Amino acid sequence: MQSDSTNKGIFLSLDWITIGLYLILIVWGWFSVCGACYDYDSPDLLSFDLKSGKQFVWILTSIGLACALLLIEKRFYYNASTPLYIMMMLILLITIFVAPDTKGSRSWIPIGPLKLQPAEFAKFTVALAIGKYMDRFGFNMSTLREFLKLTTFIFVPMLLIIGQKETGTALVYLSFFLVLYREGMTGSVLFAALAFVAFFIIGVKYANEPMGYMPTSAGEFWVLLLSLVCTIILVWRYCKEPAAVRNLVCFAGGTYLAAILFSAYVIPFNVCIVQIIVNVGAIIYLFVLYVYSHSYKYLLITIFAMLATGFFYGEDLIFHRVLRDHQRDRIEVLLGMNSDISGKGYNVHQAKIAIGSGGFAGKGFLKGTQTKLKYVPEQDTDFIFCTVGEEEGFIGSAGVLLVYLVFILRLIVLAERQPDTWGRVYGYSVMSIFLFHLAINVGMVLGIAPVIGIPLPFFSYGGSSLWGFTILLFIFLRMDAERNFKMRS
Amino acid sequence: MKNFQLERRQYIIGGLAMVVVLGYILRLAFLQLIPNDYEEIAWNNALYRKVIYPIRGVIYDRNGRLLVFNQPAYDVMVIMREVSNLDTLDLCNTLHISRQTFEERIKTIQNKDKNPGYSAYSQQLFMPQISESDFQVFQEKMFRFRGFYIRERTTRQYEYGYAAHILGDVAEVSAADIEKDDYYRAGDFIGKQGVERSYEEVLRGQKGVEILLRDSRGMIQGKYKDGAEDQRPHPGSDITLSIDIKLQALGERLMQGKRGSIVAIEPTTGEVLCMVSAPSYSPQDLQGKQRGTKIMQMLSDPSRPMLNRAVSGTYPPGSTFKTSQALTFMQEGIVDPDHTFYPCNGGFHYKNQKVGCHAHPSPLSLKPAIATSCNGYFCWGLVNMFGNRSKYSSVQDAMTRWKDYMVSMGFGYKLGIDLPGEARGMIPNADYYDKHLGRWNALTVKSISIGQGEVTLTPLQIANLGATIANRGYYITPHVVKSIKGGAIADSLTYKHHTMVSSRYYNEVVAGMRMAVTEGTCKGAQNPWYEVCGKTGTAQNRGHDHSVFMGFAPRNNPQIAVSVYVENGGYGATFGVPIGALIMEQYIRGELSPASQAQAAAIAHRVVN
Repeated sequence: MQSDSTNKGIFLSLDWITIGLYLILIVWGWFSVCGACYDYDSPDLLSFDLKSGKQFVWILTSIGLACALLLIEKRFYYNASTPLYIMMMLILLITIFVAPDTKGSRSWIPIGPLKLQPAEFAKFTVALAIGKYMDRFGFNMSTLREFLKLTTFIFVPMLLIIGQKETGTALVYLSFFLVLYREGMTGSVLFAALAFVAFFIIGVKYANEPMGYMPTSAGEFWVLLLSLVCTIILVWRYCKEPAAVRNLVCFAGGTYLAAILFSAYVIPFNVCIVQIIVNVGAIIYLFVLYVYSHSYKYLLITIFAMLATGFFYGEDLIFHRVLRDHQRDRIEVLLGMNSDISGKGYNVHQAKIAIGSGGFAGKGFLKGTQTKLKYVPEQDTDFIFCTVGEEEGFIGSAGVLLVYLVFILRLIVLAERQPDTWGRVYGYSVMSIFLFHLAINVGMVLGIAPVIGIPLPFFSYGGSSLWGFTILLFIFLRMDAERNFKMRS
Repeated sequence: MKNFQLERRQYIIGGLAMVVVLGYILRLAFLQLIPNDYEEIAWNNALYRKVIYPIRGVIYDRNGRLLVFNQPAYDVMVIMREVSNLDTLDLCNTLHISRQTFEERIKTIQNKDKNPGYSAYSQQLFMPQISESDFQVFQEKMFRFRGFYIRERTTRQYEYGYAAHILGDVAEVSAADIEKDDYYRAGDFIGKQGVERSYEEVLRGQKGVEILLRDSRGMIQGKYKDGAEDQRPHPGSDITLSIDIKLQALGERLMQGKRGSIVAIEPTTGEVLCMVSAPSYSPQDLQGKQRGTKIMQMLSDPSRPMLNRAVSGTYPPGSTFKTSQALTFMQEGIVDPDHTFYPCNGGFHYKNQKVGCHAHPSPLSLKPAIATSCNGYFCWGLVNMFGNRSKYSSVQDAMTRWKDYMVSMGFGYKLGIDLPGEARGMIPNADYYDKHLGRWNALTVKSISIGQGEVTLTPLQIANLGATIANRGYYITPHVVKSIKGGAIADSLTYKHHTMVSSRYYNEVVAGMRMAVTEGTCKGAQNPWYEVCGKTGTAQNRGHDHSVFMGFAPRNNPQIAVSVYVENGGYGATFGVPIGALIMEQYIRGELSPASQAQAAAIAHRVVN
């Protein structure tokens, strides 16, 4: 990087569109916090007794922080990536032991009157570190060894944060896999992940429902069927071997069909027995293909098929043994298996009422009752989107989502225009983290994603998260301002 | 290093973001744009409608004496959702109930069949009307019983222990009441009987509501729209009864130990001056916690104290009914008051039929027939009327004509008094006999002319007959409410009903009734101060005969018409006449003479089983 580049030059090449979107979001967010924490007895929104007053200060300091970050050169981050990452991992580790217990979580460190959550600040160090790791010459993700090394960067902070009992925050680190996908990770990993999520949902929800009049579990049937279908899709997509696809479709599909018809019209029996036999047959067939072709793709697909076929039987174990009660409850509520609206499903139900009652134009600023009277829990943090929905209606909430969409798409544009892998990876990391937060947080409030306690960036009350997102974004904006200089020649 | 294959993935990732956002917008549209109940649910969450109960109107007697008034009472309410960490034992001890009662009560509250308005979020009645002392202790401890509240209400208090059947009572609404009228919520109070029921809407007023904002923990956070949509309660209107409570008290005293009824009416206005139904009870008995047990006890009592015999009891009117027959026969030209004589030698004899009568001169004309209560005369009258083929084409035709007269005198249908539960009595018509007797003629049905047979009237209808005769041909619908503060009584209660008989025939009957007092069956009603007209009745019954009296006084410008009905009291002269005379004396003179007082005391002590 050339040292004669002045701050004035940086100022001109800054992406003001993103900064504008950032300002729109934090101001909009502040008004939402006002709505969520409004107190009928003390209507002064700037009073420091209220969260709106505190959030106002957090916003001002964030803008100061943003300005300061814009002054730090890209080179500094490049060089500091690894030390920053190591330092942050150590802080995360120490936090587990020094943080006091706050509602079961050990993630908050009190510093004077403030409480900070290191997990919120760890994201940018991970992004910088994986960017730098991938920026090495000759890095090739398609080798398993490199891929596993790379994922270690992600899994270490995840495990540390799970150690702090902040599972929700830890899951955010999964968003880095979207970055890896952009950087060449095979799409089959995302496909397999989605497939297993689908298996899990179907398996859990329909495990105890019969298939028509057959003595067959609907959940088991569909999971086994989808395992086969996904396996065939993978063979078709990655192996380019029409004969193999044809064989699988004809024999396996044919046997399935025959078994279903026989069970439905002749003698009812448990179709799943036939399905397991067929799936095992397909697995053996794929393994034979691997032995003959020596293509590792067949081996991976064989492994996928084995996992998928066995999934339903392992899932029961996961669902009932591994997951804790409240997590199992959340999943059951989400899947509509548990509609106890005064107990486990209370949050989501009240959130739906808040949003639904907003109607087209909303009830007006500070006029919402669901959130203000605390019917929606966590109404100023994780469930802040309810306030938007209730007070600003469809116009406001759809507006927030659209502004977010433009913001995220703009980040993709900025990421793509980075001159080096490092900058691009960092840009995609920023984008992916925002997308993940948006998708999970809003999805949770709307009742279509599980209740995972992560904030909606710029809207949820809280200094740590606002600072964390500001740091994440403004490091990238400074990088982008220096996009004409490549880090690695 | 550019990899164009991978660069394409930016569109997949961008597309993913778009799918997520557009998917969520669709979901938002589904939640917010499609009509739904969420807004109402949100308001139901947030708004706490605190009902403000109006003060129920009080009740006065015709002379402005306060009869019924209000007194504060305290109900214990519960919001089930808010109950937590309850020290059940402490609560039970404070309210002096057993743990079992507590659990049963909670179960009843949560039972949607028994308590259709149940919601875990709103106040439910846990225990009505705790005592003042329990209230004091409870209020001090209330902070410990989360979810329990006190609702201040008023109960009815009674200045006199009389007129229970007229006044009625006020109690918690039943599930049926709530279903019938949206105004009521579980735990509200409603008039159950008497004027409390028939004037419920006048007395209750209109509930007000204060709309408050309530947070998820049930804490009140302020007034909704600063109270702009609050409604102030409209207090109920006070009503003044036409009852004279002193007269009522005398009547109830006279009827002690007997079954039956006294009804007194002011003939010119139709106002009921007293209405006694015996046995009775004190209206105070049906207030407060003991209401349920008291009602159960009275319902199982074979003497049926809850029944308002004056309007709901139907009896054979006996000889008092003869006056109506005399009027009908004269108007129809069957008898001439002075020139028609019928024989009665110890009764009515025709072919092998006989209706007994007592000893008196024979043959006789109308006035002496009334005075001596001659059965023969009226049987002959009816036989001659129903057998008159020059006037009526058939016996059915004659019967229909006769029935029309009866109906015009207020018999056979409800009079329309402003009290619940009025019975219509029975006036048979031709169809009835065709159906039940097949072939019939005047001789078959002659006993209706002497107030026996199928004919039944309510004591109110008998008193009303007296008022009609006193008025010489019309009556005003009898009613017990004289006036409503800030309103008027229904038009139907001031309507003048003319009978089909002209007033000159009424004067004949009046003369007959006067003769009954001076030299006939009602001599006991004779007094030195004013002219009483009366008619006794001894209604035949399977057991002892009923003692009946109907009369009015003074003869000219009558002030009071009265009917007395003492079940199984024997001859009309035994109880009916003296009781009727005492009632008239008390009302007209405002007091009883010493001799009358002694007589009243004697009657009050007599018991009829």
